[in-house]
Amino acid sequence: MTTETEESVWGGGNEPLGASYGKLMMWFFIVSDSLTFSGFLVSYGFARFKFIEIWPIADEVFTHVPFFHGNYPMYYVAFMTFVLIMSSVTMVLAVDAGHKLKQAKVVFFMFLTIIGGAIFVGSQAWEWATFIKGDYGALETKGGRILQFVDAETGQRAALADFSEALPEERVRHQANVGLWYEREGSGTTFSLNEVVEGFKANPNILIRTETLNEEGEKILLNRSESLDKIREATQVVEGANLIHNEYGHPMFADFFFFITGFHGFHVFTGVMINIIIFFNAILGTYQRRGHYEMVEKVGLYWHFVDLVWVFVFTFFYLV
Amino acid sequence: MAHDQNLAIFRGRIKFSSNVSKIWGVLILLTIVTTVEVALGIIKPRALTHSYFLGMKVLNWIFIILTLVKAYYIAWDFMHLRDEKASLRRAIVWTPVFLIAYLIFILLFEADYVYNTLSEGFVAWDF
Repeated sequence: MTTETEESVWGGGNEPLGASYGKLMMWFFIVSDSLTFSGFLVSYGFARFKFIEIWPIADEVFTHVPFFHGNYPMYYVAFMTFVLIMSSVTMVLAVDAGHKLKQAKVVFFMFLTIIGGAIFVGSQAWEWATFIKGDYGALETKGGRILQFVDAETGQRAALADFSEALPEERVRHQANVGLWYEREGSGTTFSLNEVVEGFKANPNILIRTETLNEEGEKILLNRSESLDKIREATQVVEGANLIHNEYGHPMFADFFFFITGFHGFHVFTGVMINIIIFFNAILGTYQRRGHYEMVEKVGLYWHFVDLVWVFVFTFFYLV
Repeated sequence: MAHDQNLAIFRGRIKFSSNVSKIWGVLILLTIVTTVEVALGIIKPRALTHSYFLGMKVLNWIFIILTLVKAYYIAWDFMHLRDEKASLRRAIVWTPVFLIAYLIFILLFEADYVYNTLSEGFVAWDF
């Protein structure tokens, strides 16, 4: 080995993996970020296995499609998945146009990618809003279990408004200035516990559905006398979901929903922001002058990774 | 940056004339797989939800395998791993696969143990 080759080996500029520094660093980030996401998804699995017999059924939670009334399980999430895959495709097309140094095409496909990402983030926000607002409403027992209501005649879920009785009762809202400064009360529920319980007693065709799953993987429905017995354990009304109470079932389900889809949504949001920067750089001709569009390729890797993560979130949160 | 691209999927069984047509081919494949997943998720065929393999429902096995198929095509064709050197590809794929497999194994076993402890213990958790 001569001195000359040693200098070229140690002098830098080698690419033993056939990828540039920037691309390798993007792969480092993607590998570590994939471990973060798998940590979240596996801890979701932990919570689910721990509460395996009472875990909510995702099909019954995510049943809404914007502008349509009725029960459409999974349709909207499938649409969101398709939007994200589609925006991945436009991203690859932008990268491909970049290889051929076609500036106008890169700009066009980057624009479509940004639109796709924006539609996805908007859908995610709508999904959150629907989840937080709630559907039918439920009661929570002292032990934190959720009691939902079913109409015995139709077999459909019954909303609290369907059977609750409006009682002439008045509720004084707790103000911080009449008690301890750290105790405050948020907005109340539409019906008080007493109104729901009285309405339930007056409507003999309303039954209680517990969180427990039977052998068929369906929630166990109590008969009328069991229901009348069970409702005495209720301590509060729950409408919608937050980090502490969740009308769809175990609060951990809502916690993981907010955390995992939120973290993913944040990735999509940052991806859109980075795409916008690259989009403007492409318009300005920065990469055309540089002679290569590797930056589009690197950002593309991140964007595809966001799509890749969603594929797993979709499976483990909505399907399995 | 204009390196040669591998224009075949399915171990070379489907060949494409250009990179653009390959991208559309992969999109069609991913769309079909997603449609099958959603259809199975809505129908939930009894034959698949009542048969078990290694302690898990066959339907869930199908979902997970189809997900890995989708992940493979996203990584290989969208992220161009098919065109990278084998050493880079292996470093990227096997490092997380090994760590995640270990994490799944250890946490799900632990969770199952916790579930059994709670359900067989003397303390009531559902009151």
